[in-house]
Amino acid sequence: MTDATANNDQTLAADDHHGHQPPKGLMRWVLTTNHKDIGTLYLCFSFLMFLIGGAMAMVIRAELYQPGLQIVEPNFFNQMTTVHGLIMVFGAVMPAFTGLANWLIPMMIGAPDMALPRMNNWSFWILPMAFTILLSSLFMEGGGPNFGWTFYAPLSTTYSPDSTALFVFAIHIMGISSILGAINVVVTIINMRAPGMTYMKMPLFVWTWLITAFLLIAVMPVLAATVTMVLTDKYFGTSFFEAAGGGDPVLFQHIFWFFGHPEVYIMILPSFGIISAIVPTFSRKKLFGYSSMVYATSSIALLSFVVWAHHMFTTGMPVAAELFFMYCTMLISIPTGVKVFNWVATMWRGSLTFETPMLFSIAFIVLFTIGGFSGLMLAITPADFQYHDTYFVVAHFHYVLVTGAIFSIMAAAYYWLPKWTGHMYDERLGKIHFWCSLISVNVLFFPMHFLGLAGMPRRIPDYALQFADFNQLVSIGGFAFGLSQLIFLVVLVKCVRGGEKAPAKPWEGAEGLEWEMPSPAPYHSHTTPPEIK
Amino acid sequence: MTEKTTVYYVPTQSYWPIMGAIGLLCMAVGAGTTVQQMNSEATSGTWILTLGIGIIIAMLFGWFSDVIKESQSGMYSAQMDRSFRQGMSWFIFSEVMFFVAFFGALFYVRNISIYWLGGGSNNAMTGQVLWPEFEAIWPLITTPAGDTTEAMGWKGLPLINTVILLTSSVTLHFAHLGLEQNKRKQLTVLLAITVLLGASFIFLQAEEYIEAYRHMGLTLSSGVYGNTFFILTGFHGMHVTIGTIMLFVMLIRIMKGHFTPDNHFAFQASSWYWHFVDVVWLGLFFFVYIL
Repeated sequence: MTDATANNDQTLAADDHHGHQPPKGLMRWVLTTNHKDIGTLYLCFSFLMFLIGGAMAMVIRAELYQPGLQIVEPNFFNQMTTVHGLIMVFGAVMPAFTGLANWLIPMMIGAPDMALPRMNNWSFWILPMAFTILLSSLFMEGGGPNFGWTFYAPLSTTYSPDSTALFVFAIHIMGISSILGAINVVVTIINMRAPGMTYMKMPLFVWTWLITAFLLIAVMPVLAATVTMVLTDKYFGTSFFEAAGGGDPVLFQHIFWFFGHPEVYIMILPSFGIISAIVPTFSRKKLFGYSSMVYATSSIALLSFVVWAHHMFTTGMPVAAELFFMYCTMLISIPTGVKVFNWVATMWRGSLTFETPMLFSIAFIVLFTIGGFSGLMLAITPADFQYHDTYFVVAHFHYVLVTGAIFSIMAAAYYWLPKWTGHMYDERLGKIHFWCSLISVNVLFFPMHFLGLAGMPRRIPDYALQFADFNQLVSIGGFAFGLSQLIFLVVLVKCVRGGEKAPAKPWEGAEGLEWEMPSPAPYHSHTTPPEIK
Repeated sequence: MTEKTTVYYVPTQSYWPIMGAIGLLCMAVGAGTTVQQMNSEATSGTWILTLGIGIIIAMLFGWFSDVIKESQSGMYSAQMDRSFRQGMSWFIFSEVMFFVAFFGALFYVRNISIYWLGGGSNNAMTGQVLWPEFEAIWPLITTPAGDTTEAMGWKGLPLINTVILLTSSVTLHFAHLGLEQNKRKQLTVLLAITVLLGASFIFLQAEEYIEAYRHMGLTLSSGVYGNTFFILTGFHGMHVTIGTIMLFVMLIRIMKGHFTPDNHFAFQASSWYWHFVDVVWLGLFFFVYIL
């Protein structure tokens, strides 16, 4: 008894000591258990990866600026497309969302921190390790992974470079990081809500992350199993993906996409949560159809488990299966349509203002919808026979992931930066960043639709002459989009270093517990649970 | 001593996570390099891998002893206990999905790829052109390329192992009841029996593997039958080993006097894990051995 009291006093004393002032120096970041510190780490790491993956995209676009081979060898080109994809998916988009989850979820639900703070630190620090391995494999003999981010067998087994073993284990520890992070999010949301914060009162960002985390825990292990089979097929003589031994390369695609399709939604569901927070704020209205948003998100997540084979319509399946996957895929457009409708209905007759987060959100709604529509076109099996593996697909998923996921992350950054740093960002620069990004991103990706419909295949370093004009345009858009992101870097640095003081609630229409805290948010969130009305 | 607090304990800084990240880095680099060096004299990969495993073991030891100390001194609230329990449940769910992927591969191979290779569905000509001799049967003892092997029967060792594992789940359940009713003797004895059963399962599994490799010509690389057999039973065996170690640690802690009827998360978690491993075995026994 006395022991316990003494110990509690010690903890409290320790809290007083470290509580309101974070420890100093580099070790603060290495040893931290604080959700805000870890959120910051995730976000910084993600931005660094965004720039590295972006630089690789610049190499790709430079090579494709004109027909013929000018700048890089085809094998290096393949490594660039592969690692660009892997970095953007696992290094940029996913960690950015995890960073936002870390920063925001405890504040939004009235929790003192994440449920398992030490594990939280672990899941972050695994990531730099995994990407160090992945990036250094580029400099090894025989080169890095060159089989596309989807690492289809036999490209990743029979024909892959020797560094594939390192690729496999890098993916393994990356997966461990994602699973541990997702477990932390789920447990935090289920167990750490303040009294009165019922499920249907949670902000949608929390809801979408709960569902995302469920998807992560369900499918990251499947990815681990896939890379394990690639490893044994390549190095240990198994024949999972080898017909001569009784296996089937198509099996690889089934397992990969059983992971891959939910993965796609892992990269977009948190965006829905972000947009559902920002649009009501700048429309000064409540979100239209809150509960339908929750149900729509859940249906999208469940449907994501039964649509995987629409990625492989051309690789050999019975017609009945093709029909099943086609109809299920089209079904997804219904809950997605509900969401788009709700956002538009929220803006309807609102008192709208157009600060940078709102601009990015509106662009998200329009451009993500374009990506959704091209997805619907791809879902039509006979049409997909024509579009498969062309630039049309590249255009489709870049509309969904760049003007979708990345734009929503930008919107989130602008929206919550005042809360994180205590300073307002430079609104003028923010708007310049937005308009430059918006125009260049469309110059970059929109012509890709035409290239794809005309038959230009993806992942090829050279092309026929008739594609030259559009490719030049696309490359110019690409360089412009890349440069525009440097404006964002300037905005971030300026905002962290100073600027106009931000009030607790810088946006008049904002709702949620995070806005009831001072800006910048204190080092520890709700040490005692807040009261929920 | 075990007075409970209501404050949710947020630890200050900790060295263990970064150590774990470095350990995983060494393990990944070491394992990758070991695989690359399989056909050469070089052994640097093995050393890095061993170093990584060592770091991870030290990390787990240190991390868990911190948690145990905190728990014993009553720093954890009931809410903290729920966090641990939910965390473990979700972790087991992720493990389930890991096995689901391999079972999925097994079902696909058995029902689709072999059937098609034998000319099933609309693949009559594929069969004729590629491997006209190939017969689509399971267990696949002759691969399309013509390699042959022998199938592992379900009688004998596998059946004994099934009985062993099922019994261990029962003994563990009654050990748990003993803990809840504060019958420490029942708890200790039954838990010790469970650990022994786990160890004998691993031993017999090893015997089975030796038999397969030495006398039956059934290896990891003998066609897709051997692949799925060894991948599934191998990963399961790995999980049994981890589970046995977990239960063994619980046994040591119990002999040291840890756990009370209403505070024994670590025991509960190990026990869930053990039951999960048991259920996976039933699936294996049915789909890999019998059918």
